[in-house]
Amino acid sequence: MKKVREKTAKKRSKEEEEEEEEQIFNFKDKPAGKEEEDEDLSDSEESVFSGLEDSGSDSEEDEKESDDNDDEDDDDVTAVESKQPKQTEEEEEKEEVVGGVTEREEEEKKEDEYEHDSSDEEDIRNTVGNIPMEWYKDFPHIGYNLDGKKIFKPIRNKDELDDFLDKMENPDYWRTVHDKQTGSDIVLSDEQVELVNRLQKGQFGDVNFNEYQPSVEFFSSDVMIHPVTNRPADKRSFIPSLIEKEKVSKLVHAIKMGWIKPRRVEDDTRGRFYDLWAGEDSSILGRHKMHLPAPKIPLPGHQESYNPPPEYLFTEEELALWEQQDASDRKLPFVPVKFSSLRQVPAFSRFIHERFERCLDLYLCPRQRKMRVNVNPEDLIPKLPKPKDLQPFPTTQSLVYRGHSGLVRSISVSPSGQWLASGSDDGSVRFWEVCSSRCMKTVQVGGAVKRPVCLSTCRPHSYVASSCECGRAVHQVAWHAKGDYLASVMPDHSSHLQVLIHQLSRRRSQNPFRKNKGLVQCVSFHPVRPYFFVATQRSVRIYNLVKQEMTKKLQANSKWISSMAVHPGGDHVICGSYDCRLSWFDLDLSTKPYKMLRHHKKAVRGAAYHRSYPLFASASDDGSVIVCHGTVYNDLMQNPLIVPVKVLRGHVITHDLGVLDVTFHPTQPWVFSSGADATIRLFT
Amino acid sequence: MGGLQKKKYERGSVTNYITRNKARKKLRLSLPDFRRLCILKGIYPHEPKHKKKVNKGSTAPRTFYLIKDIRFLLHEPIVGKFRDYKVFVRKLKKAYGKTEWSAVERLRENKPTYKLDHIIKERYPSFIDALRDIDDALCMCFLFSTFARTGKCHVQTIQLCRRLTVEWMNYVVAARALRKVFISIKGIYYQAEVMGQLITWLVPYQFSHDHPTDVDYRVMATFTELYTTLLGFINFRLYHSLNLLYPPKLDSKAECELKEENEEDYALNSECYLEKLSALSASLARMVSSAEEEEAQLDQFPVEGEDMEKLEAREREQKEQEAQKKLFDGLKFFLNREVPRESLAFIIRCFGGEVSWDKSVCIGSTYEVTEETITHHIVDRPNASTQYINRYYIQPQWVYDCINAKIVLPVEDYFLGVTLPPHLSPFVEEKEGDYMPPEKVKIMALQRGEKPAQEQEDEEEEDEDEDEEEEEDDNDDEEEDEEEDEEESEEKNLKKMEKQRSQGKSLQVKVTPGKMKVENPERLEQEEKAEEKRLAIMMMKKKEKYLYDKIMFGKKRKIREANKLTAKRKAHDDAEKANKKKTRK
Repeated sequence: MKKVREKTAKKRSKEEEEEEEEQIFNFKDKPAGKEEEDEDLSDSEESVFSGLEDSGSDSEEDEKESDDNDDEDDDDVTAVESKQPKQTEEEEEKEEVVGGVTEREEEEKKEDEYEHDSSDEEDIRNTVGNIPMEWYKDFPHIGYNLDGKKIFKPIRNKDELDDFLDKMENPDYWRTVHDKQTGSDIVLSDEQVELVNRLQKGQFGDVNFNEYQPSVEFFSSDVMIHPVTNRPADKRSFIPSLIEKEKVSKLVHAIKMGWIKPRRVEDDTRGRFYDLWAGEDSSILGRHKMHLPAPKIPLPGHQESYNPPPEYLFTEEELALWEQQDASDRKLPFVPVKFSSLRQVPAFSRFIHERFERCLDLYLCPRQRKMRVNVNPEDLIPKLPKPKDLQPFPTTQSLVYRGHSGLVRSISVSPSGQWLASGSDDGSVRFWEVCSSRCMKTVQVGGAVKRPVCLSTCRPHSYVASSCECGRAVHQVAWHAKGDYLASVMPDHSSHLQVLIHQLSRRRSQNPFRKNKGLVQCVSFHPVRPYFFVATQRSVRIYNLVKQEMTKKLQANSKWISSMAVHPGGDHVICGSYDCRLSWFDLDLSTKPYKMLRHHKKAVRGAAYHRSYPLFASASDDGSVIVCHGTVYNDLMQNPLIVPVKVLRGHVITHDLGVLDVTFHPTQPWVFSSGADATIRLFT
Repeated sequence: MGGLQKKKYERGSVTNYITRNKARKKLRLSLPDFRRLCILKGIYPHEPKHKKKVNKGSTAPRTFYLIKDIRFLLHEPIVGKFRDYKVFVRKLKKAYGKTEWSAVERLRENKPTYKLDHIIKERYPSFIDALRDIDDALCMCFLFSTFARTGKCHVQTIQLCRRLTVEWMNYVVAARALRKVFISIKGIYYQAEVMGQLITWLVPYQFSHDHPTDVDYRVMATFTELYTTLLGFINFRLYHSLNLLYPPKLDSKAECELKEENEEDYALNSECYLEKLSALSASLARMVSSAEEEEAQLDQFPVEGEDMEKLEAREREQKEQEAQKKLFDGLKFFLNREVPRESLAFIIRCFGGEVSWDKSVCIGSTYEVTEETITHHIVDRPNASTQYINRYYIQPQWVYDCINAKIVLPVEDYFLGVTLPPHLSPFVEEKEGDYMPPEKVKIMALQRGEKPAQEQEDEEEEDEDEDEEEEEDDNDDEEEDEEEDEEESEEKNLKKMEKQRSQGKSLQVKVTPGKMKVENPERLEQEEKAEEKRLAIMMMKKKEKYLYDKIMFGKKRKIREANKLTAKRKAHDDAEKANKKKTRK
């Protein structure tokens, strides 16, 4: 380890030596450089003084000042001071040599002089340069002087206490500065302190310098007689530039080739109008035929006036209603207001809104041509033959038959037209004389239990068949035209024994149907031919009794058939239904009704044809009997003419039931009706 | 079965329609551009009959355009301009981003612009078509011309709108085409008849607008762009049809009169001209200086029968119009400063009156307040400070009412401080059965030439008459009820007798003298007819019945409304009368 240390020490010493040598060399070099610099300097200074010789006094003052400055700078600056006199000497020597030098050169030289006159180089006694002095902490010296000799640290044994004492005792302590490079303390002179103060305040170091000298405006707005410089104009100022020429030719080429477009002329025609429709060629495209012009805005009414008639103003209720309503439901989009004079009318706040909405309508609303039905309502009413021309038909109520205590379910007139039989819910059958409206006979059929009684009168024999409660309710009885047969209906969902045909002469009953085909509502024999009509809920079946087969099935287009009547000719059938309709079937035409008559407001309960007159009647729960004229023509091509001729009212609606049955007089154009109010009425 | 399976939605109505989005993609335009194109070209959506079919089974709400329309748009040169503009905006943005100001300037100079002339020509192949569609254009231009320069739209647009509207008004004045005016709470409606077309437009009151935020001004601006072009061409044509110079020039004579010393203070020379035009106080220069308008005489054609009547009616109408055109001839008006100057000057000049105003109100006043020959001074204050003896001081409504009534109305009702009579809309034409306010009846009586002195009595009488008429209407309905009532009463008697009979009581043997049943044959006939009608209605077909019921419902509603109005009016009048009586006491 020791060896190594020694070696390192040796090495270090060697290195130090080398360094020293180098430094020496450097030093040797340096002076040479210095000399050169000095020469330069000398040149400059010589020139300075040579130029200023003529003026004389100023330069001398300058010199003195500079000398003064040097004196002020430092006491220690000896080398420089010693150098300066030398320089002056040299200057003086060379003055004669260089005489005629231009002013400009002088200026340049002056600048040079200032370059070297920086304060950093003033006090170079320690040549180590600007390094942290801690590096020399462990050495006895702190650097090297100009001659390469070590500058030893001044022997200082000042510790903190000494320092403090010095601070307390020495009156110049505050102006003492420690120079790290030389390790010496420097006491600043008064001038130096003042200089520091001035610099600290941001003032110029030189006391005599006036910073607010009046400035001479060199480049002013005034046109001077003489030019600023006397320099002759450049050649390039009167010779066309080649570069520019090249550029221009490039642009010209570009324009020629169409790469550059000339600047557009401001379009004058844009705001200009002309006669657009001058050559009015009526070239109407297909588009124009299809075009639907937007509907115009509806014109304002009295309500919109600023001073409307008082009746158009809103009352409070109307205003409240208006405010409650949604904007789309309102009849008027604004509230009518009255102003007493024109000057009080304010701006309409929704004006822009309304215009905007109109715009939206114009381009967003789908347009459609809607056919507006513009008909006179009178024209819609069909032209019918006048009822007057279709007389006779019953017009007024002439007789009322009273006596029953329950609903009169069914009535029937004798073929002679003298007698009327009625069956009622009170369980009795009454016989009336038609003309006198007298009850001739009362037969109690139902016994104690009041049950509906149905009856029907046979034409040739004046038999009355009445049905009542016998196990099950018989709904209806119907006679054959010859009077030998009698059909009865007992509606029942389950059995096939709904319809029974009884033969009077043999006193025998038979069941014509093997199968149950729905709830049978009513039955009827064909007046001439061996046909049998069975009305179920929604359809009417026609059976041929001879062939024993179904010939036709009529679709009534109604929910529930209530009654049925066959025209005495046998080719037409009417069906009343509980959904207020009366359907007229033409058997020759189709199985669908030829006409649906929706005259009644409530369920139709009864329907009947007149035997000889072209009349038919329907009775309904709304308490009315409607008599219609229904001419049937023998000509097959001509459709029947159906005209309602009279609405007969008279029955009182009781328990929501009106007229229950209706029958025509066999010879007269009279009609009987029985109602829920326990009366029978005759209309003649 | 052989053959390819038919694909759904490839035939039929689907092929005629295209949804908006698809149309937009087909045209390769952004939605705002598409919207603008539709506005300019007048393309509107169509509602297909079977929406679901067209919508390919979906029920989503979609807007459909006719595919033909979209194909038509494909060839529009303006579409290219829209794309150019898009590119321009992009370049400009880029240049801004790079702060290349020279590039910005260059781009701005080459900003792509387009003209709408061909579109106008295409949309309106004839001049009359264009005239028919000018209502909205006028409304919009009048609205835009009142906008302040607040950046809602370009200043040039506002100026152009103002110019065009002023030109239009000058034309209407020169042609004396105005027919009706109406002061509403929204603004003032004007109706003019130009070349046989009735043109109505609405001018807002002169107040600054409270610009709503939920309005898309771009849409309005696009419409205005189209409308200004349309209006410009129409103005040009109209001016030429009257041999007027376009752009309009004031008559040289009138111009000299208008020249004043302090004119320079008022406005710049360029602006001054428009201002003078808009003052509407001077007539326009003509291309051919004809002294008077030659009036075309209707040639007489030998006609017979109904045509004759028509011809006569037409002649009468024409005479009436001529009279209306010269309504204010020879009258001299002076407008006080609080009345709407432009509107009044416009309408007065339209009907041949002379009008002036205070010099400080507007440029172009022709005479002073002190002028002796002034006949009417229009004031909108409770009282005027200094009154001249030889003129009427009236409220502005008088002028409007006169025009609508087509006669010079008596001025008594319109003096200062007097409660004005209601201002009625001239656009309402009452049919039979409609409600007619009594003031209208009064005016109609005046038009017929009855004297206003008897008027008040007449009015009352007429009121009564009206009431009676209405009652009669009601009676028709009631009559039927009455009949039934009678029947019922008869029946009651019968019932009574029957009851007595059924109860086994002996009938009263007392014989009362019978009354002769007076049968009114007319009434019987009426009844018969009514019943016939009822029966016939029963026989109507379902469809027709529905329609008939609807029509009748509408009619009844109308009558109900009219009745309501009369009742309201009556209540109001009664209340007023009561008030008057109270004050008298």
